[in-house]
Amino acid sequence: MKKEKKWPEAWQEINPGCMVLEPGNARSYHTGSWRAQRPVYDNSRCIKCGVCYVFCPEGCISQDSDGYFVADLDYCKGCGICAHECWPRAITMVEEG
Amino acid sequence: MSKRVGMEIALAAAEAVALCRPDVVAAYPITPNTHVPEHLSDIVAEGRLDADFICVESEHSALSACCGASGAGARAFTATSSQGLLYMAEIVPIVSAMRLPVVMIIGNRALSGPINIWNDLSDIMSQRDVGWISMFAANGQEVIDMAIQSFKIAEHRDVMLPVNLNMDGFQLTHVVEPMDFPDQKEVDEFLPPYKPYAAVHPDNIVSMGTLALPEIFNEVMKVKDEVLKNSKKVIVEIWKEWEQKFGRSYKPIETYKAKGAEILLLAVGSMVETAEVAVDEMRKKKVSAGVLKLRLWRPFPFEELRRAVKDAKVVVVLDRSVSFGGPGGPVFSEVRSALYNEAKRPVIINEIIGLGGRDVPVSDFVTIIEKAAKAIKETPKEEYEIFGVRGS
Repeated sequence: MKKEKKWPEAWQEINPGCMVLEPGNARSYHTGSWRAQRPVYDNSRCIKCGVCYVFCPEGCISQDSDGYFVADLDYCKGCGICAHECWPRAITMVEEG
Repeated sequence: MSKRVGMEIALAAAEAVALCRPDVVAAYPITPNTHVPEHLSDIVAEGRLDADFICVESEHSALSACCGASGAGARAFTATSSQGLLYMAEIVPIVSAMRLPVVMIIGNRALSGPINIWNDLSDIMSQRDVGWISMFAANGQEVIDMAIQSFKIAEHRDVMLPVNLNMDGFQLTHVVEPMDFPDQKEVDEFLPPYKPYAAVHPDNIVSMGTLALPEIFNEVMKVKDEVLKNSKKVIVEIWKEWEQKFGRSYKPIETYKAKGAEILLLAVGSMVETAEVAVDEMRKKKVSAGVLKLRLWRPFPFEELRRAVKDAKVVVVLDRSVSFGGPGGPVFSEVRSALYNEAKRPVIINEIIGLGGRDVPVSDFVTIIEKAAKAIKETPKEEYEIFGVRGS
């Protein structure tokens, strides 16, 4: 896992009104640390329908060069929606740790 | 050149806001503040003010619209009273947390229930700890002056906070007084166009109203507290600038015959002037009494209060709302805790008066001053009372 974004060292460093002045910096906050379970793909069952990609609320699932789907574990919160929606049952949620 | 006009104070408040050239006015009518947005909508309709007047469906929407407009870089104004302020309550602390300089005039009215449309301060006191600058006006001239000052204070780069300006419902809102209006050129010189720190715009991307996790929330609240406390310096500077330009003085705490007085009445809003008349009467009877007018409520002027009461024997704090089951009135509670650590402090007593529009005549203050004179000799057992309650 990549290094987590540090919090401001002191209250004086906080932007007025907590405004975010740098566009797209949510990327630097790795919500993957919230995860208790990770999705594990069995590509032998995957039919490349993309339903996991459509339903992922985090938008962290993408298609690789072979057409299979992968979750970016820097951002995957382990909610399990992909596994729940995957009707060929190609995704299993596995305990972290 | 300023112009002297006799006018209802709520209408004068609207005229003063129009002189500040707001870009957006969003308000929902509620007694006794109704005439403020109503007259502003007239001014917009007449073409005297180039602003978007948004006829919202509720006070919740009124402040939400002002919040969004201010975030987009507009100078935004709203006005409300009582239950209307409570209906805004969800948005009130968000505007201050986002550092948006919205200005709101509150025509103070009792909270329901029982339903009552008349004046007391229970509305603003319910919205005390929300990070807004909060001030009281005592007469029509102060409403005009402070409305204009409020925009300059709110928008100052070291402040960037919303301001609520309180004027007593009916006692001020519906009273006709002669008032001096500064002209447009003078206001334009005093109050330049609003230059936001940041504004939501496709060319300059900024996110406002973000989530703060527990790991940062203490620090964010520390900022909110520090910014509000530090705003006092700017407020005082802007009041000095106003005095130089317009000749009328504004201070966090103002005094009337208070120097060397044994008994001080500390009051806010319109009842200050009634208290002053009572003090004049008592001075004729050789009673050493004076008045402190608390103008700035948030940030609370601790040092100024300590200086103002240092020679007094009794301070009577006059509250216009009740902290039920608590320490009496909210102003009393604040004054007492401000003085608690002082080596030498006066006897502090609390009279809660004028609830829900109950008349507060000069004779009530005379009675209160007489009671305070007795308190010099013997500290009263009861710390507070609701004054003039039948049966007590």
